[in-house]
Amino acid sequence: MATILDARSLNKCFGAVTAARDVNAAVDTGSIVGLIGTNGAGKTTFINLITGYLKPDSGSIHYAGRNITPLPPRDITRLGICRSFQIPQLYNSLTVFENMLVGLGVVLRNAGRGGFFQRGEPKVPGFDGSATEVAGHLLDRFGLTEYRDRSAQVLPGGVRKLLDIAMTMVAKPKILLLDEPTSGVSAEEKFGIMEMVLTAASAEGATVIFVEHDMEVVSRFAERVLAFYDGAIIADAPPAVALRDPEVQRYVVGSELHRPDVKSGARRHA
Amino acid sequence: MTRDRTLLVVLGALAFFAAVGLVMPKWTLFLLTIALAKGLVVMGLMLFLRAGLVSFGQALFFCVGGYAAGSLGHFLGRSDVFLLMLAGGAASGIAAFVLGFLMARYRGIFFGLLSLALSIILYGLLVKTEALGSTDGFNVLPYTVLGARPGEDWVRYVLVVVAAGAAALGVNRYLSTPLGRLAPAIKDNEIRVEYMGASARRAIHVKYVIAGVLAGIGGALVAAAVGHIDPEMAYWTTSGEFIFVAILGGTGSVLAPLLGSIIFYSIHSFAFDLSPNTWQMVLGTALLVVIVFLPNGLWSLFVRGRVA
Repeated sequence: MATILDARSLNKCFGAVTAARDVNAAVDTGSIVGLIGTNGAGKTTFINLITGYLKPDSGSIHYAGRNITPLPPRDITRLGICRSFQIPQLYNSLTVFENMLVGLGVVLRNAGRGGFFQRGEPKVPGFDGSATEVAGHLLDRFGLTEYRDRSAQVLPGGVRKLLDIAMTMVAKPKILLLDEPTSGVSAEEKFGIMEMVLTAASAEGATVIFVEHDMEVVSRFAERVLAFYDGAIIADAPPAVALRDPEVQRYVVGSELHRPDVKSGARRHA
Repeated sequence: MTRDRTLLVVLGALAFFAAVGLVMPKWTLFLLTIALAKGLVVMGLMLFLRAGLVSFGQALFFCVGGYAAGSLGHFLGRSDVFLLMLAGGAASGIAAFVLGFLMARYRGIFFGLLSLALSIILYGLLVKTEALGSTDGFNVLPYTVLGARPGEDWVRYVLVVVAAGAAALGVNRYLSTPLGRLAPAIKDNEIRVEYMGASARRAIHVKYVIAGVLAGIGGALVAAAVGHIDPEMAYWTTSGEFIFVAILGGTGSVLAPLLGSIIFYSIHSFAFDLSPNTWQMVLGTALLVVIVFLPNGLWSLFVRGRVA
């Protein structure tokens, strides 16, 4: 399969903390990759580097053959690399529906539609319908229709999480980066959320990279696992192999029992 | 979503104001003329407020517009009111475009104080400039409308009413475009805006230019109506007055600034007449009452409660 994303020798330090240590990862088109590791191991830094929020001290990131390392997040988003957040980043003064419309508006705008002199409701590129129709359709797909007119500020945790992810879908992502899509969500809801998201992503042919702490979720949904420890990738294999790797067992999976010293400061919530 | 009735309301209001202007006493026509012209400046502030920004120096563009319009008559002998509005709007728009590159980088208190600083610089420059009359300013030529000198106050008044209505429709249209809708999103979560593929800085720059043009047209209209301009137009108290009106009116609609403006200058006028020494207290009390009982401004009287 063709490589869609290629991270080459990424290094990133925050003072004395090394958040990325010679990180190399090539991701195939359409694959589902799980990132595991303890807090501070460098998973979110990896996502922040790919999306341009952080710039590596050295190394480069290539997307579909193009070097995207110097681009700002908005340009990387426009290329089709979209992310969700560990702590949902919503527009709290707006309703769920309006949150979706803002994103769709940006998509329209970037396609040169929906300007001052636009007549009628223009079609959203990549979708068959206007912004209002697409927003309704996406809310439906993520089971959020009943919350449509609720203010984003007063949503339950799981719903905030889903809305956060649904908002990334408006731009038709080629690569979907999910930062702990199931954190703060009850155990019963976890599988449901993952299934919903992956169904939506695979319907679009998107490549998915997700950060996850629940090894059950990882082994069930990931096709490939990247295990991070102290900024470096210590294992890169299918879940069945990676989760049995002695180092992964020691530093990641068994972390509940023998938690290694948690690095401080390395974690950045964008 | 409720259907936007702004177009109907504006057309209705235009007809209403034009009609009542025929029977109202002269001084009320002048009052409304000034209120609506300044309401244009406030409309620009409303765009900022929606994006979570407060400009403490919008008088800068109000003043540039006034001086541009005044200079047209003072130095070139031109007095057509449409030309004055064009000159005011263009001069302020260009100034806002240039300054916008700097301003769009800042948020919160930095945006506010920087805008204040810029307006104080203009005030300082004007006070020192002999050619523009220093602190005294200069008189603006009596204006003409398409070559004719309007004898009736009604004509000048209707002109401002139409200008305010047109601006309201234009800004309302802008607010319904994706770029216009971005304002509350920028206020809530700028990082998410960037991660959706939009440039918050560019969106703010565009708003800055629109607000600049509106303030420039407002300044030109006030200059033409009053017949005199001076550096006081750029003074920080003038900017403060605009913010006062913006908060009074609210940000719920493009019509809110115009409504707020009419009410503010009416109260101002009556308070000044009835208690020349304590009129500021009356205005202050009015604002306090609005802030306490209508935190979203007077416009919230016209909005039915939104379900949370």
